[in-house]
This record gives sequence, structure tokens and C-alpha cells, in this order.
Amino acid sequence: MWALMKFALRKDRVKLSIWLIILGLVPAGIAASFADIYPDRASRVPFAQDIQANAGLLATTGPAQDLLTIGGLTTWRAMGTTCTFTAIMSFLLVLRHTRADEESGRLELLRSAPINASAPLRAALLTAVVANLVLAGLIALGLIVVGLPPGGSAGFGLAVGLTGLVFAGLGAVAAQLTEVTRAATAIASAVLATAYLLRAIGDSTETAWISWLSPLGWAQRMRPFGGDQVELWTPLLPVGATVALSVVAFRLVARRDFGSGIVAARPGPAQGRLNSSFALAWRLQRGPLLGWVVGFAVLGTTVGFLADSVQGLVEDSAQLADVLEALGGGDSVVDSYLGTVFAICGVLAGAYAVSALLRLSAEESEGRAEMLLATPVSRLNWALGHLAVVIAGSALLMLVGGLFTGVTFGLVSGDLAGQVPGAVLAALSQVFAVWVLAGLTVLIFGFRPRAGLLAWLAVGLTAVVELLGPALKLPQAVLDISPFTHLPELPGAGLTVVPWLWLFALTAVLTAAGLIALNRRDLH
Amino acid sequence: MSDAISITGLVKNFGSTRALDGLDLTVHTGEVHGFLGPNGAGKSTTLRVLLGLLNYDGGTVRLLGEDPHRNPAELHRRLAYVPGDVTLWPNLSGGEVIDLLGELRGGLHRKRRDELIERFELDPTKKGRAYSKGNRQKVALVAAFASQAELLLLDEPTSGLDPLMENVFRECVAESQSTVLLSSHILSEVEQLCQRVSIVRAGRTVDSGSLDEMRQLTSTTIEAELDREPADLNDLSGVHQATVESGDPVRVRCEVAPEAFAEVMRRLSAAGTRSLISRKPTLEELFLQHYRHEEVS
Repeated sequence: MWALMKFALRKDRVKLSIWLIILGLVPAGIAASFADIYPDRASRVPFAQDIQANAGLLATTGPAQDLLTIGGLTTWRAMGTTCTFTAIMSFLLVLRHTRADEESGRLELLRSAPINASAPLRAALLTAVVANLVLAGLIALGLIVVGLPPGGSAGFGLAVGLTGLVFAGLGAVAAQLTEVTRAATAIASAVLATAYLLRAIGDSTETAWISWLSPLGWAQRMRPFGGDQVELWTPLLPVGATVALSVVAFRLVARRDFGSGIVAARPGPAQGRLNSSFALAWRLQRGPLLGWVVGFAVLGTTVGFLADSVQGLVEDSAQLADVLEALGGGDSVVDSYLGTVFAICGVLAGAYAVSALLRLSAEESEGRAEMLLATPVSRLNWALGHLAVVIAGSALLMLVGGLFTGVTFGLVSGDLAGQVPGAVLAALSQVFAVWVLAGLTVLIFGFRPRAGLLAWLAVGLTAVVELLGPALKLPQAVLDISPFTHLPELPGAGLTVVPWLWLFALTAVLTAAGLIALNRRDLH
Repeated sequence: MSDAISITGLVKNFGSTRALDGLDLTVHTGEVHGFLGPNGAGKSTTLRVLLGLLNYDGGTVRLLGEDPHRNPAELHRRLAYVPGDVTLWPNLSGGEVIDLLGELRGGLHRKRRDELIERFELDPTKKGRAYSKGNRQKVALVAAFASQAELLLLDEPTSGLDPLMENVFRECVAESQSTVLLSSHILSEVEQLCQRVSIVRAGRTVDSGSLDEMRQLTSTTIEAELDREPADLNDLSGVHQATVESGDPVRVRCEVAPEAFAEVMRRLSAAGTRSLISRKPTLEELFLQHYRHEEVS
């Protein structure tokens, strides 16, 4: 088992290092920039009051606690995001070394060695423990280096690491339920999304107890920088949840056959109706796209609800307007709230576009492309089939996000006709930046069959710049590398089509270069 | 146009390793051609170059009279390919994959498809992820045999099949009207099915021709029982591995190249031949001879 864990760490050394370094540095970076903007208590008081009054802000970040200390501000701003990405890292890690290896058959050879059925799962969970401990250490170290109290810094790191472990346990359970890695990933993602929503609702309304239902809520409510109010018992919740989930996963792994899931697979049709590479691409892509559409509908509805509370709570606080403007967005408070949220939706749609396009890379490396391209399907048509789904799919996602936001906000505020067009336009505007990420992925894939790492790195960088750039006080030159930075400020008065045009032209150039390269290189 | 495939001096490098090193291959239209070589000899690489999936660094390649890199998609209308390692879409059923490949190749014989599924005892409703290696190969084979392709490129198509199914495969090749390039290392299969054979080693063709032609040029195995010990055979050039067991009768066994055959027969009969078995090599012996020979030289 130790050998298996060492093997897992070795296989993951690049991927895991990138995750750990980025996640390890973010809290310290944010703390440093807060220390820079709000050097003393007096400067933090009005800022803290504004935050407390803004439900929309609390929903996207976390509860308003201990805001008069840099540590508290950092917890408010960075903990939620860091925990969310640590959760993703953790369940992906466990799934990669359990279900994905089992589905591909790699585990079969290992299982014939003298190890028992649960050894790979145990090794994967141990790997997750190591990764999260290292991350906790990195975060604590970073916070101490920028001058925060060591105790609180350690608490912050611990809270993030323990949240990661809960989701490692969740990944372990999801891996047993279905024999398909994609489905297991979808299950884990859905649970994470639910946890995020529960926390958002609990933190932004009077019903704070709802946050206690979410593992993401536990971390922030530990209040590592809360002084006397630090909740030292809260780590028991993630520890307990991790143990419980692990026990369930080990029970399940003992009950099922190798290669199968708890939920049995159904047979398919004896005859097929697929007749072109485009039909095949749609068939392969439609399931995940449907999942994303549902996710965006839920997200949009939540965003729409909260938009009304933003409007209700904030009158005309110049300070808050400044804060929101620093987060990106237009003039009025609601507009900049929507601008911020749609930028997040845009990054998510970018993640969809990249993951869907990387299907091409998987088709190639797993050998299915070879059989397909030995038929009269040209490489160009093969790639264009998937690209068409992604181009239309990412536009659909933003349309759904904007529409659900606009309709919900419109219904709640009684101004349906006024809210829908603005929200839809602002959401759709993001698509032009999403498409640049898609074009970049095609370019990378055109030159390298294994495009995944570079493409995800691009998404990760965009996410950091887009979600945390203003808070990190990154220089404009760095902000400019994200295509989202160049979009017009919508909703609001910023409507101009010029950025759309050149972003679209950039997409076209990247895509064309990628397709030409793809046509010329060796296929593996 | 009489050659379905014509390759001369094909060179392909992967980084600093040379996978193909001047390979030649000619497949006449209408024949079943065996493509023999151990793992890593370059058989699959050759097929991928033929399909236009890989570029090449030297030599000329003609597939059905055309350059496979000029317009591969158009050329692929006329052929069907079964890869050595068939992977299927995990959530598509075998039936769906067969029909998809058929449709992409411009339609398949529905009756033939159903009949082949029956003969290969394939369950077409199973999802791709649930098939064993042999069953994945059957899916690709049914799609290939049910197509109306002029040329079938088969890369070790029976490596996952059981002996019964391998027999069905042999029947299907025998019935087929198409030109077939059969890459294999199952020698009995090639010996039974193929009119001509090319043997590759380390990216080069070491021998090519009909089995009869190849046998003409190689040694014959002779086993004889004699009254007396014969004159020493080992001093003859063209005689290999001669063993003489004294006793009654004296037993002699040796491999004899064509040019020494007459002299060996003279010496044996001078020693009073009681019985004699002379056997042309099997393909397996032929194959091994090539490899032994290459290693010595």
C-alpha cells in the first residue's frame, strides 16, 4: 500500500505540484494585499460595515467575521475559494487513482499482485491526506511569512486541508457508485455545487444554520483569526465526515466486483443511428453538456435571487461601490454585482469548453481516433464536430445563466422586462472570452496530443486573474493576459462591440492555426 | 493498376529511434497478403503510414494507386481497417459502433452484418466498456467484413479470439472478395490464408514472395535411417546442423540448402538408405530461419 501511494505521488508529481503551489500561495497573496490597502484598524471599520451589509458579496465569498483583522479579512475573502478548489483537487485525485485506473484496466494488473481489494482505495486516500497536509503547511507558512499570527495561520491551513479531506472521502464514495469515471466526477461535482449553494444561502441570509450543513461552511466558521471567539471544536466536523465517508467507501468496495459499480450498467441498442462524425461528437458531448446546463440554471436562479437583496441592502455607499468596482464590474452596485458573478460564470464556461475539447485528446490517446480516422472522416471534420458542440454549448451555458438570472431577478423585483435583456446580454458577452480559451485549447491540441495540462493551466491562470486579480492587486499587464479582462463592462453603460470583434478574430486565428497543425502532425 | 499497396524504401523516425528503415511491401490486388514480424518490427507503424495517420521521412507509398496523405478521407472510402488494439466508446453499444463505422464507410450489408454478428457470437447490445478484448475485436471485424471495401487492413485481428472464433475469422477471410493485408504473428493462420507473405525485421523487409517461392530458396529438412555411417556431411557447404546417431539403423538428421541437396542424397544412398523423410520447412521454421540468419550476420 505504501508502494502504491508512492507510485501515485510519482505519477501525479507535476499535476499535484501545480495545484499545491497555486492554492498554497493564494491566501498569502490576498493577505498581503489587504495589509497593503487597509494598514490599520480605522481603515477597516467602514470597509467591514459595507461588507456586512452586502448579502450578494457574502454569498460569493463567505460570512462576515473578524473583519477588523487582516487574518479575518483574508478568511472572508480567500477561504471559500481556496476550499472550493482544494475540494476539486481532492476528489479528482482520489477518482484518478481509483475509478479512472479501474475503468482503463490499469488497476487490473496491480490487483493481481498480492494486495487486497481495498488497497488502491486506501493508497488513494493516503495520497490525498499527504497532499492536503502539505497544502495546509504551505498555506500556514505563506500566511506567517506575510506577517499573520502563527496560530491563526496554522488554523487557516488546517481548515482548508480538512475540507479537502472531506471531499477526498466524497470522491472515494463516488468512485464506488458507478463504473464510469465521468459519472463519478459528475456526482462529486454536484455535491460540491450543493455545498457551495448551501453555504451561499446560509451566509447571505438570516438562516446561518444552513451554512453548517455545508463542509465549505465549516472551514470559515472555525474563525482561525477570531481571537477569543475561535471555534476550536469545528475541525471535528470535517474529521468526522471524512471518517464516515471513508468507512462507507470501504464497505462499498468490499461489496462490489472489480470493474463494476454499485449501480449496474444497462445494455444499449443493438442497432445504431449514428451516421456521421458530427452525430458521434454530439452523442459523446451531450451528456456532460446537459449536466452543465442544469448547473448554470441553478446558478443563475441563485444569482438572480441574491441580486435583489444586493439592491435592497445597499443604498449609495461610495465605499462599497469602490469595493465592488475593484472586484470588476460597472457603475451601479447591482450591475457590478452581476458583472462579477457573470465573470465567474464565464470562467466556469471556460472550464466546460476546455474539458469538452479535451475529449479530442482522450479520443486520440485512448486509440478510438485511430479507428475513426481510418474511415472517410477527415481530421478536420473530426475536430470540427467537437468544436461545434463546444462553441454552441458554451454560448448556451451563458444564455441559460443570463436568462435564469434575469428572469429570477425580474420576478423578484417586479421588473421582468427591464432585467432580462440586460442580464442576457451581459452573460452572453462573456462567451467571446470563453471562445478564446476554446481556441487556445485547439491550438495546443494541434501541436501536442496530450494537451490537458497546458489547457488547464490556461484556465487556472484565467481563474486566478479573474476571480482574485483585483484583490491580489495584480498589475494591469498580468490582468491583460485574461481574455475576460478585455470584455466591455456589462451590464451597465460599457456596451461596445470592438472587444467582441477582436476576441472573435483571435479565436478564429488560434483555431485555424491549431487545425492546420493537427492536420500535419502524427496521430498516436 | 494491379497493386493495391506499393511501398518502397519507407523510412519513419520517432525522435531518435528509427521505426521503419527502408521497408518494402507490395500487395497485389485480389490477394491475401501475410505481413509477418515479431512485436516491434514495424508492422503497425507501416499500417498507420498507409492510413495517413503518421507522416513518413523517406520512401514512396502508394495505396490503391494514390498517395495516402493527399486525400486520406476519400481513399478511406475504399478500405476497412481493424486496429491491433481495438478500443470502443465506453457508452456506445457494439451494434451502434458497427453501424456507425458502416455508415461512415458509405453503408454496409445489413443482412451480412446480422449474419456476421451471429457467426461471431457477439452480443451487440453490450456497451463498449463491458466488452473483453476479443469481443472488441469482433466488433471491428464485423464492421470490416460487412463493408463493401476493396481492401481490408487487419492488424493482428485474432490476438484476442478463441480458437473457435479464429476459425470463423479464417472462413470470413476465405469468403472475402477484397484484397487483404493481414498483419499477424500466428503463422498457421498466415500459412493457411495467404498467397504471399512479407517478413519484416527491425523496420526492414527481409523476405517477400509466395510461400512456395520462399521455400524454394530455403533449406529442406532430411531425416534418414541408414545401414552404415555416411561420409561426413558437415564439410559440405549448404548443410546445417547435421547429426548422426550410430546404432542399427544409423539415424541422420540435417537441414540442406538447395545447392547441396543432390550431393547429400548421393552420400546417403551410398550408405544404404532404409527410409527417408524429406520435408520443406513450415512457415514457422522459415520465419525462425530468417531471424537466426539475421542474428548471425
